[in-house]
Amino acid sequence: MMRFLLLFSRQGKLRLQKWFTPIPEREKKKIVRDMTTMVLARKPRSCNFLHWKDLKIVYKRYASLYFCCGLDAEENELIALEMLHRYVELLDKYFGNVCELDIIFNFEKAYFILDEFLLGGEIQETSKQVVSRAIEASDMLQEAEIDNSDYDLELGWP
Amino acid sequence: MSPSVRLQEMIRVIRGARTQGEERGVIQRECAAIRAQFRQADNGTRSHNLAKLLYVHMLGYPAHFGQMECVRLIASPRYNEKRVGYLGAMMLLDEKQDASLLITNSIKNDLSHNSQYVQSLALCTLACMGSAEMCRDLAPEIDRLLRASNSYIKKKAALCAVHIVRKVPDLGELFTPAARSLLCEKNHGVLHGAVVLITELCERNPDTLEQFRKVVPELVQIMKGLVMSGYSPEHNVAGISDPFLQVRILRLLRILGRNNDTASDAMNDLLAQVATNTDSSKTAGSAVLYETVLTVMDIKSESGLRVLAVNILGRFLLNNDRNIRYISMTSLQKIVQTDHNAVQRHRGTIVDCLKDQDASVKRRALELSLALVSAVNIRSLMKELLLFLSSCPPELRAHTTSGIFNAAERYAPSQRWHIDTILHVLTTAGGDVRDETVPNLIQLITTATELHCYTVHKLYRALITDISVQSLVQVACWCIGEYGDLLLRGECEETEPVQVTEDDVLDALETVLQSHMSSPATRGFALTATMKLSTRITHNVDRIRSIVSIYGSCIDVELQQRAVEYNALFKKYDHMRAAVLERMPVIDKSSPGHTNGESAGGIKELEQTKLTQEVVLPKDPGNQVCDLLDLLGGSGEPVPSSGLSHTVPGPATSTSGGDLLDLLGGLDVSPAPPSVKVYEKNGVTLKLQTDSQTDTGMTITLTATNSTDGDITSLTLQAAVPKSVQLQMKAPSGDVIPARGLGLVTQTVLLNNPNKVSLKMRVRVCYSSQGAVCQDTVQIDSFPSPAW
Repeated sequence: MMRFLLLFSRQGKLRLQKWFTPIPEREKKKIVRDMTTMVLARKPRSCNFLHWKDLKIVYKRYASLYFCCGLDAEENELIALEMLHRYVELLDKYFGNVCELDIIFNFEKAYFILDEFLLGGEIQETSKQVVSRAIEASDMLQEAEIDNSDYDLELGWP
Repeated sequence: MSPSVRLQEMIRVIRGARTQGEERGVIQRECAAIRAQFRQADNGTRSHNLAKLLYVHMLGYPAHFGQMECVRLIASPRYNEKRVGYLGAMMLLDEKQDASLLITNSIKNDLSHNSQYVQSLALCTLACMGSAEMCRDLAPEIDRLLRASNSYIKKKAALCAVHIVRKVPDLGELFTPAARSLLCEKNHGVLHGAVVLITELCERNPDTLEQFRKVVPELVQIMKGLVMSGYSPEHNVAGISDPFLQVRILRLLRILGRNNDTASDAMNDLLAQVATNTDSSKTAGSAVLYETVLTVMDIKSESGLRVLAVNILGRFLLNNDRNIRYISMTSLQKIVQTDHNAVQRHRGTIVDCLKDQDASVKRRALELSLALVSAVNIRSLMKELLLFLSSCPPELRAHTTSGIFNAAERYAPSQRWHIDTILHVLTTAGGDVRDETVPNLIQLITTATELHCYTVHKLYRALITDISVQSLVQVACWCIGEYGDLLLRGECEETEPVQVTEDDVLDALETVLQSHMSSPATRGFALTATMKLSTRITHNVDRIRSIVSIYGSCIDVELQQRAVEYNALFKKYDHMRAAVLERMPVIDKSSPGHTNGESAGGIKELEQTKLTQEVVLPKDPGNQVCDLLDLLGGSGEPVPSSGLSHTVPGPATSTSGGDLLDLLGGLDVSPAPPSVKVYEKNGVTLKLQTDSQTDTGMTITLTATNSTDGDITSLTLQAAVPKSVQLQMKAPSGDVIPARGLGLVTQTVLLNNPNKVSLKMRVRVCYSSQGAVCQDTVQIDSFPSPAW
């Protein structure tokens, strides 16, 4: 399973953090520090895989953001790269030509999209369209609620 | 102003702060406002305030006061508030917080909510941060959802079940039936979740694993469908149909086929098909091929398939993509032990990867190269490794040097090659070698008796070039001290001899002594070497004398002690100097530096001291008693190695030493207990008697007497015992047995036998009698009963 997923900028500022195992706050901070130091120190055309403690670290740089995930030792690194790429594609589809600022100002949306793609550290849906449709539907639900502020959720959606 | 803009406005303001202090100020103000808002009644802005708080939390600021707000928002009937509430719960609450229990009820309610999106929120949160208790509470709910809901919920429920099984493995049995039926679904999301769940269940429970072996044909069918299907726009990634699902299924097949012939047979064809048909030009295809290779190597596949798999890895090695080269090497590393020959075929490519720019690839290539070293390829491979060492990144140096040394030790084609290799490593990376390298190298040099001249020449040359690498300097000093006469002789067969004078050699050693680069240990080596040269050179003994006396007032205590004692050797004990500083004999391999795993097990051949090489070097008598003191105080294993048998007998040393020896037990042995004669030859008789015996050990005394007309000198006794028995030999009373039975030598031996094996002992007796050296071994199979 994936233990954590981090997004950080080239200056080391954290843009998104998702933890799939219970870790104390202090240790989370340490892991974030370690990851940013390790990944930012890598040369431009290096291999995307690292070893850190007993985890495999897979990272990929997209424009100004580094996507970095920590995996258990038995995971397939190449498919993890594809996973990261899929997440970027989903973000791109949602925001339309996504850039770092989109993720900064709409961080909660980035989380919602992630929650439709991964669950408990594993992929939950392998089809791009299904994930996108689910996000759109949730957003519509939210919009509808804001428009009719007394709208109570009684009816289910297909 | 719509509330959401307020969040973005806050983010903008925070980002606009020019200094850390300014940012902190802004955030403090915002947090205060948020806290005030939380305390107020519901005013429609709660979710936005929480969102603001979550942003602040991501920047690293404390946000624990938002935990209760999360709980409240989750309980709200409004979807947007629930959404942010659950997000907050996943970010701020984890199972260690008390507040997390409070949301259990909300989650339970939401799991049965009408809207699937609310259900999805609850499932997501449970799978992310559900504690063991929450999992136990909600497991039946999840099971229900696994069976009867739409595919959107089913896939999430499956992964939620995975989380529950991880937290509470016993609940695995609850989900097994549902997991089985999920395999019939067509929806890829659900199928993926089902495969992950079954994998988790099988990994934790061997009975479940047995059960699920029956579904191998079904899994094979699904895989075939994916591989052979045409283009499916929904799941296609770079020409591969749903690589994520394919990889998961292959992994499950691996677990099911492991150690099981039937299951492995059932998947052979499929694996061959996937291996040949998958297009690996893009990462997705390579990922599937990679997983296939791992599966093939792990199950009981037929040999043709294994060869196919190794060839795929070989192809990966030549791939342009660095990632693929890296994972190919990690996989080869896993199989290098079992399929050694297959991997050897790709040795050339692996060695080329040592020159890759990427540090990770270099590391993998190094590991693999070291694993591939064999007697056949040692020379060529070592060339490559030494080349690598000269340009390798600093973090890999220590590993490389130790790998090279291990390989050299196992497969060295000749001693000269071995010595050359070690010297090369020391000159290139002497700062990164292990501490035992110095004694190991010295031991190697002493055994290569024909190469002494060659070695000392090489080391001398290295020494005058550069004295910064401590390990090299230490070995060089030792060699020069030991074989300095060969250096001065000016002739050498193996290499061009140097023409040096005694002064040159002493200059070199003095430079080491005086240099601030030399560590205290190195200076000790240099001083001892200088001293040893006093018996090997002819003209400059006075110079040595003066050097030694200067260091008698050195600040370094160790150096000072040595100098003072060497001085004493010049003054009071000059008659013994030649004997003390004689050439060292060949040191046995199983001695000092080689303990702990390097020497093969079995009977401890010679009971050696556990001191480091340095202490084994001959020292003057006073020092030797101090060594004995250390030995008895420390490891308590006194018998000096054969090397020290040339030294002065014990009791002739200073009185304090003599007193100590008297304090040792077992020296005044009363003759009353029965003793058994174990050795009698050349007039030397060795008797054994048991002083005391317990369940787990005994104390015995060996007594040696001499009935010849001449004294027996240089007597040493060494003992060996079975593996589980511990041996401790006390100091002998002396090493000279007076003639005609006028005296005797005794030595006490303590045996500790915790496993109560049958006690046997082998004793080696060495002594000089009338100018001839004798050595015999005696086997003692039974011990006499003790006196009482």
